[in-house]
Amino acid sequence: MDLRALGESLVAMLENVGIPHGWVLLINWILGAVILLGVALLLAIFLIWFERKIAGRVQDRLGPNRVGPYGLIQPFADALKLLTKEDITPDKADRITYNLAPIIAVFHIIMLFAVIPFADKVVGANINVGILYLMAFGALGAMAMLMAGWASRNKYALLGGFRVVAQLLSYEIPVGLAMLTVVLMRGSMNLNAIAQGQGGLFGLGWYVWILPAVFIMYFVAALAEGERAPFDLLEAESEIVAGYNIEYSAMKFAWFYLAFFLNTWVLSAVAVTLFFGGWQGPFAAQIPALGVVYFFIKVFIMFFVFAWVRATFPRLRIDQMMSFCWKVLVPMGLALFLAVAIILKLGLPSAVTYALLFVVNIVILVVTLKLLGNYTRDLPKNKNKRLFAPELPRL
Amino acid sequence: MLVQQYGLIGVFAVIAFIFPIVTLAFTWLLRPKRPNPLKNSTYECGIETVGDAWVQFRAQYYLFALIFVIFDIEAIFLFPFAVAFNKIGLFALVEAIIFVFILVVGLIYAWKKDALEWQ
Amino acid sequence: MVGQILFIIIAAFTLLMGLGTVVARNLFHAALFLVGVFFGIAALFILLEAEFLAMAQIIIYIGAIATLIVFAIMLSKGMMGREAGAYNKQWYFAGGAMIFFFGLLSWLLVKMPFAATNASVPDDAIQQIGSGFVGHYVVPFEVASVLLLVALVGAIMLARERN
Repeated sequence: MDLRALGESLVAMLENVGIPHGWVLLINWILGAVILLGVALLLAIFLIWFERKIAGRVQDRLGPNRVGPYGLIQPFADALKLLTKEDITPDKADRITYNLAPIIAVFHIIMLFAVIPFADKVVGANINVGILYLMAFGALGAMAMLMAGWASRNKYALLGGFRVVAQLLSYEIPVGLAMLTVVLMRGSMNLNAIAQGQGGLFGLGWYVWILPAVFIMYFVAALAEGERAPFDLLEAESEIVAGYNIEYSAMKFAWFYLAFFLNTWVLSAVAVTLFFGGWQGPFAAQIPALGVVYFFIKVFIMFFVFAWVRATFPRLRIDQMMSFCWKVLVPMGLALFLAVAIILKLGLPSAVTYALLFVVNIVILVVTLKLLGNYTRDLPKNKNKRLFAPELPRL
Repeated sequence: MLVQQYGLIGVFAVIAFIFPIVTLAFTWLLRPKRPNPLKNSTYECGIETVGDAWVQFRAQYYLFALIFVIFDIEAIFLFPFAVAFNKIGLFALVEAIIFVFILVVGLIYAWKKDALEWQ
Repeated sequence: MVGQILFIIIAAFTLLMGLGTVVARNLFHAALFLVGVFFGIAALFILLEAEFLAMAQIIIYIGAIATLIVFAIMLSKGMMGREAGAYNKQWYFAGGAMIFFFGLLSWLLVKMPFAATNASVPDDAIQQIGSGFVGHYVVPFEVASVLLLVALVGAIMLARERN
């Protein structure tokens, strides 16, 4: 079943009936948009169950298991509860901004679904600046959280808002540099083209084999971009209660919650598209429906790793987190970008180029880890003692 | 071609923006509404709020935002370069390296001046 | 036809947001209206089929600059919740100057012979931008880098002065 062909046949059918071309296009777009929205919402409901189940297993608990088989109906029960709960708006809150913040949060995350290539050409909008689109609408999230933090008129919320900006903005740079390096490899910002460029039998053409260090950098930065442990400082229940969404309840809280899960899913989907061949797989180019299956399997494996990390690691302190971004990931990203650019221009045969890229990636990764290891080991003697001295969280 | 793609994004933007509003309006019909002054007060772990919540925080956050802006603009400049990379010569690569290098100097400066230090 | 209607809608939205930015009493609200203005401009770029510019507009102006402005408001002493009036003593003077410049710009726009063509945007527009950066426009490209460096150094100097 080819989704694009389905759309085209629909266009042809409607035009045969005698509806003008413009209206047919509009109907087509509305249908596409509604389908994408439905996919996003269904995913969100499933992901909440999936993540809770994984976290349960990792931490030797059961997770949801009462409502329906394996607790599968649990998210629906939660959704019903959130829909009918009383919504409390603090008297002091700035009402308009307060109500707008969750709307923007959902808006920005759902917009990202428009450019994700689910299979060859099965993509909402196959635009040439797909990567920039992801960065553009991804950056809107920080704005939504800043709005929530300010409008709640609550000290914890405000502090959470500040942390959002410090964290999300900083880690956008390593994510951007990782994307930049992939664009350099492929010579295109079109996400479908990037997935197409990673063909080859048994996933040998995946960029993760050629650029492993870039993938690791992307993954670590994506953990921070997705506000996940060990980088979930802007929620930090034990320090600032819940951060920017502390004053939110009922459906408005649910929108932030949904945005959080969908954000992780989109980050996984981008990781798969950039580094794991996207929809690539045996016969995926011939049968797009198979591509969709491959894509979702890969994304869920990726999501599983995200959830696994979240359930395993404790939280970092904010000074450690910021230092890690600016002193480790950003220099590493710049070094990788320059190294890849130089190697690609050497004009060697492609097999040699790929081997060289792999070696250089590993070397840069090892050097980074070595420097980091030395620094951590020498910390007691280091002048930066305060970095590991226990202290109260600062306002 | 372009119209095709961005038309969908435009329609999608409208739907994605209206959808949460409609849902919130829908829950407004369903949910109970029993506000009282205590319930609607600012949450601060059960303690009464001291002063206004809009207090001033440390300007440290601002410096990171500024450094971010500069590197963000750099990344945007480099994206078209990366797309055109296969079509351009060796000299262009040198120019891009100089471009990145000037900003690396900035990063080193910020590092040496402890601007990347969370105090 | 459809394009013109879309343009009018988007332009009206942008202008409304701009008006909101100017008359909003709360500084934070003014900053949020500014985000709306930037969004409208990005949409106008899309109408011009300048997709790279549109995305750069959102990434830089909303993702970075607007966030920075909001941040500056939140971190300045006593600015966050301040209600500032939209008018001060010199509003009539500012209004007069604005009308003058509006007239001047309108006159220029009407008089200017724009070389309008119907040529569509080439498929490899972004590639051409990239080649331009390191080819014909290499000096502005490198100067931009130096400018960013100066901005970075200046920001750090200012921030350190306060400490």
